[in-house]
Amino acid sequence: MTSEKKSINDSMEDEVRLMKGNEAIAHAAIRYGVDGYFGYPITPQSEILETLEAEMPWETTGMVVLQAESEVAAINMVYGGAATGKAVMTSSSSPGVSLMQEGFSYIAAGELPALVVNVMRGGPGLGTIHPSQADYFQSVKGGGHGDYHFIVLAPASVQEMADFVGLGFDLAFKYRTPALILADGIVGQMMEKVVLPPFRPRRTEEEIRRQCPWAVTGKTADRKQNVMTTLELDSYKMEENNERYQRTYKEICRNEVRYQEYMTEDAEYLFVAFGSIARICQKCIENAREQGIKIGLLRPITLWPFAYDRLGELSKQVKGMLVVELNAGQMIEDVRLSLKRDIPVRHFGRMGGIVPNPSEVLEAFKREFIQEK
Amino acid sequence: MKLADIRRPENIVSCKPRLMNDKNMHYCPGCSHGVVHKIISEVIEDLGMEDIAIGIAPVGCAVFAYNYIDIDWIEAAHGRAPAVATAAKRLNPDKMVFTYQGDGDMAAIGTSETLHAANRGENIAMIFINNGIYGMTGGQMAPTTLEGMKTSTTPYGRRVDLNGHPLNITALMAQLPGTCYVTRQSVHTPAAVRKAKSAIAKAFKNSMEGRGTSLVEIVSTCSSGWKMSPDASNKWMEQNMFPAYPPGDIKDVTLNEEK
Repeated sequence: MTSEKKSINDSMEDEVRLMKGNEAIAHAAIRYGVDGYFGYPITPQSEILETLEAEMPWETTGMVVLQAESEVAAINMVYGGAATGKAVMTSSSSPGVSLMQEGFSYIAAGELPALVVNVMRGGPGLGTIHPSQADYFQSVKGGGHGDYHFIVLAPASVQEMADFVGLGFDLAFKYRTPALILADGIVGQMMEKVVLPPFRPRRTEEEIRRQCPWAVTGKTADRKQNVMTTLELDSYKMEENNERYQRTYKEICRNEVRYQEYMTEDAEYLFVAFGSIARICQKCIENAREQGIKIGLLRPITLWPFAYDRLGELSKQVKGMLVVELNAGQMIEDVRLSLKRDIPVRHFGRMGGIVPNPSEVLEAFKREFIQEK
Repeated sequence: MKLADIRRPENIVSCKPRLMNDKNMHYCPGCSHGVVHKIISEVIEDLGMEDIAIGIAPVGCAVFAYNYIDIDWIEAAHGRAPAVATAAKRLNPDKMVFTYQGDGDMAAIGTSETLHAANRGENIAMIFINNGIYGMTGGQMAPTTLEGMKTSTTPYGRRVDLNGHPLNITALMAQLPGTCYVTRQSVHTPAAVRKAKSAIAKAFKNSMEGRGTSLVEIVSTCSSGWKMSPDASNKWMEQNMFPAYPPGDIKDVTLNEEK
């Protein structure tokens, strides 16, 4: 019996398609040449695992796809796979990502390249399946134990969901630092036009050995044993390890800060927002400008490293900033750390899975900055 | 006969395996880990697997296994060795992947990963050191601690009404269709060492032949944790551990295949 269903990966490569952000992640992973995906179902990101299982990439690219018994197992599978030099990833949503935090810390300490996707839902606790951005602190400040960072990418469109898979792996391998796509339930669930990245072959064993001389690939006669361990009982050596991690993080902060600006040239006020809520802010800015209020937007694309310098410059230009988030006020702390001039920085947030509309954001802005005069 | 005539390679009956490093071991005198490390090294050498062997070390006394056996290793988080091994093997099917776990790692914090990896029939070998106690952290109760056995967290002996029953995880693992070989061994006598060595060899071969998961439990001593001399530990193990954890093969699907 031949299948009527034509796989999306068989069609033209640069064709514009309509799909969910979660589906785009799955297709982009296959096309990037990812070696393995290990995940556990949780709403609102289960389409990633479902799409991968339906596409059966093990029969085309040779990519391994496995439904793990828990998020704890999934992240440790990522640790094990990454230790062998393979390009491996997992995805989950907030409660599941909390379970993975021990593994995050080990992967960072092992200086392992890997990609994690968190399609955030409202918390705390089991919370809600509706969208949220309340895992900002967990993602950029730590979450697991010890001094470590993930490179955190915040997509605002289905296109960026697809593009950040490749970007995340490229950065992870470049710096031997894991990357995290911090999406919200809106970007995961909404359908949009997307152009998928072109197919790349998976790396050969030879290429992996060259690119990752540290990888656990079996000790051959031409080298010493490779050991992936995060344990070092000699405190002086453990401090050296930490200093090495911090040197890498500094280099990432120097080179990899990414952000997008919208109408900031003449802006008198600034919105700072990431992910899907930044697009709601964009619409809000258009409405405000029709009323003669000049607002601009800075959308951090990397949440770590953060756009401290650019926000510092903008603090010299604008009269005030409104940080709009789907949480109780998390990124606002980093925005305040950026300031080079004492201006009011206020927060507007909805929680519990509620997403504000543009006029609600504008009302909040006027409440904070216009009516108080 | 001169001494030089005796000291010829063909006359050697016992020597340090080539794969064992010269580092001083941190294991206590009388501990079973050292012997198990030695026979694992010998088996990998005998089977010519040194360039394809990947060991997954646990958290526990054997956390430093990679310091002693000169192959590639991944040191896993506590209990997660079977998950780490799952990915290492699935992504590298031409490698021989084995875990080395203690009773706390395998039967308490890592029970889920252990059972599910075996139930999926991952083509890995698991070496399970069961000494009924947490050695590294100072002798606390393990899931396999015997009823009445004194540990630092059961100072008056394990009570079933307070601490539950000893967990026979090896018997549990034998029930799973994903396991191909489940056996219980010990290393307290030369004869037991030879049997344990051939069990480990069979488990490693099964991993490369795609038969599923193999589990080799080694009922072991912990002289420091048990607060006994090495000799007394061996006797105590025979008298107390063996009735609860009797040595022998529990499951071996290769026997049916041979018939």
